[in-house]
Amino acid sequence: MTQAAPLPSSTARLERVDELQARIHGMQSTRLETRAVPTHPAFTGLLPGGTLREGTVVEAHGSTTLVMALLAGPSASGRWAAVVGMPEFGVEAAARFGIDLERLVLVPEPGRQWFAVVAALADVIPIVAVRPAERVAPAEASRLAARLRERGAVLIAAGPWPGSDASLDVEASEWHGLESGHGLLDEREVVVSAAGRGGFVKRRRSKLRLPDRALGFEALDEGPGAADAAESPPSGTEAGLAPVLHGEFRRPA
Amino acid sequence: MNPASPTRAIVLWCPDWPVFAAAREAGLDLDAPIALTEGGAVHSCSAAARRDGVARGLRLREAQYRSPALTVLPYDPALDVRAFEPVVRRVEDAVPGVQVVRPGTLAMRARGPARYYGGEDAAARALLDTARQLGPEVRVGVADGPFAAEQAARAVRSSPHIGIVAPGGSAEFLAPLPVGLVVDERTRVLLNRLGVRTLGDFAALPADDVRRRFGAAGAFAHDRAAGRESNGVAARTPPPEFEVLAEFEPPLDRIDQLAFAFRVRADEFIDRMRAVRLVCTAIRVELDDERGGRSSRSWLHPRWFTPADVVDRVRWQLQGAGTADSGLASPITALRVIPERVDSTANHEAGLWGQGPDERVHHALTRVQSMLGHEGVVTAAVGGGRMLADRQVLVPWGDRAPERREAPWPGSLPALAPASVFRERHPVALLDAAGATVAIDARGAISSPPETFAVGRTAPARVRAWAGPWPVVERWWDDARARRVHRFQLVDHDGCAWLLVRDAEGWWAEARYD
Repeated sequence: MTQAAPLPSSTARLERVDELQARIHGMQSTRLETRAVPTHPAFTGLLPGGTLREGTVVEAHGSTTLVMALLAGPSASGRWAAVVGMPEFGVEAAARFGIDLERLVLVPEPGRQWFAVVAALADVIPIVAVRPAERVAPAEASRLAARLRERGAVLIAAGPWPGSDASLDVEASEWHGLESGHGLLDEREVVVSAAGRGGFVKRRRSKLRLPDRALGFEALDEGPGAADAAESPPSGTEAGLAPVLHGEFRRPA
Repeated sequence: MNPASPTRAIVLWCPDWPVFAAAREAGLDLDAPIALTEGGAVHSCSAAARRDGVARGLRLREAQYRSPALTVLPYDPALDVRAFEPVVRRVEDAVPGVQVVRPGTLAMRARGPARYYGGEDAAARALLDTARQLGPEVRVGVADGPFAAEQAARAVRSSPHIGIVAPGGSAEFLAPLPVGLVVDERTRVLLNRLGVRTLGDFAALPADDVRRRFGAAGAFAHDRAAGRESNGVAARTPPPEFEVLAEFEPPLDRIDQLAFAFRVRADEFIDRMRAVRLVCTAIRVELDDERGGRSSRSWLHPRWFTPADVVDRVRWQLQGAGTADSGLASPITALRVIPERVDSTANHEAGLWGQGPDERVHHALTRVQSMLGHEGVVTAAVGGGRMLADRQVLVPWGDRAPERREAPWPGSLPALAPASVFRERHPVALLDAAGATVAIDARGAISSPPETFAVGRTAPARVRAWAGPWPVVERWWDDARARRVHRFQLVDHDGCAWLLVRDAEGWWAEARYD
């Protein structure tokens, strides 16, 4: 028994680093508080602050239904919505999920001018979903971000977007209702992981029904610490969640 | 009661005007049998069709039976009026004070032209020559009152197609004609039962009795039948000319050149309407090219046209599917813009604080449209049909959405709709345990349960769950548009669900539940 104290394990050390980073992040707020956009309650545990915020960019990977779920809340509250560069966007599904088709504008094939189209639409349409046709240059993205902040618009990117505020990822998906040879698709459980800056540093996961049996969306479990994520920085005690990844650390712009 | 003696009138009548207008618009030969239909019945027909036994009011099927080579077109009242306008203007140049009785029929006072041309016959000849320059067949009648003059024009059978009834001779001329010409159908039946069959019989009845029995309308008809028509000619005030025509010499073959050349005329077009406090909400753009082709299309606007919008519509029509800097197939010689619908500016006045966000949305979308073309920005609606692509209706911004009819569509998919509907179906491979493609026999049974699934050329992966086949058989009576497919729902190895379609060619992914 020559060793006095056991060395902290590597995971414990990582947790400690995370916790410190989170505290730093919480203390130096990099942006002004912006107004919330009505969002579907299923996203309370996922998005930083629990809702979409005006002037932010949210990435949504791996699922068109996820994009529709993000559009549904603002659309139901009477806002216009636009979808750019997604020719296969299912109009009927959108209508069934609560997006008002009267206030939905589609630009299915913007071609090479897609970025200019997004910029023109974001000037007046409060929520714009886009699938980037090519890599976005960080300088262009930050110019657009400034425009979004000025106009109070939300951009949902169905692909990589430099400098996005949050990123939602469908990690696993499981359909119910269909068996081998009989049945009918009726609902799907997905695991959505969220990462981003602003509200939280760690990637957090949440199980959602996307869609559920009644063609709505539903959160199955509230991620720990989701409720207070908006106000207080997350503490290191969140380690109960599955593998901890490092949040991207960004210098304040 | 001593009615004023009727004014001498000249009537210019174009027989089968609707057929002439429609045939010219569609580029058909007038000597062929043509019929225009309205509500499933024949509205008017060409002379050739009439020779085959087609008549007004005949049901379409009966008409086609009588004249197998019949070309059937829908009757368009707006086209009638539009096509008649040049004729009216040409006649107005020769004789002022013209009344348009209906498209195809013009009435005017005889006194002025008769003095100017030196006699009624000379005036009628001059009118005939003027109107014939524009193509249609024309008859002219001169008599006391427009009604008698029109009957005179209709009664002409032989060249020179001028019928003149001497002053005071109208009653005698009209006497043998059927009484149905002046009264409605109900009264005609009644008069026939009373033994009154011709206008002469009707005119012979005492005027006071007719007034007492049939009222003011009856008295009016009685005056007409007796050749004592008190209605004069109500000349129209020529409406201001809004249409603009730009002719290009030499013809232009680049879209940007044309748009630039037309810009000033577009300003003029809108300014002229604004001067009389009108805004335009629909225009028609007609383009003539060097090879004699003509493209004509009407464009709607969700608000009203500004000069830039007009130029945009011209560009889109030229552009079709190409891009702005592409050349045209044939150079354009003339460009005509006609207002189709105008409205008073008072109905479109902007509010003191603007009209809210929708106006801004409209401006932004118009800007995007001018970048991408008219079809680039669409709004969506859910339509009818069984296949998913049929069910989404995409309407370019500014166009009117088609009317939606509620129908149950048995055999369409249940409530859960796929989030991604592919515009072009992707080929997929669905294999059974032995590695053979799953087949469906004529009775709708599958050869063996699917085991592996691959999209495109990816490696096949295990199928987690599946259900089907659900047959969709549509329009089996129509060879060209018949559809017989089987649908499957399937969950692949990654937990992603697909909607598959099996047709005669193989397996396709119609949509993805993602």
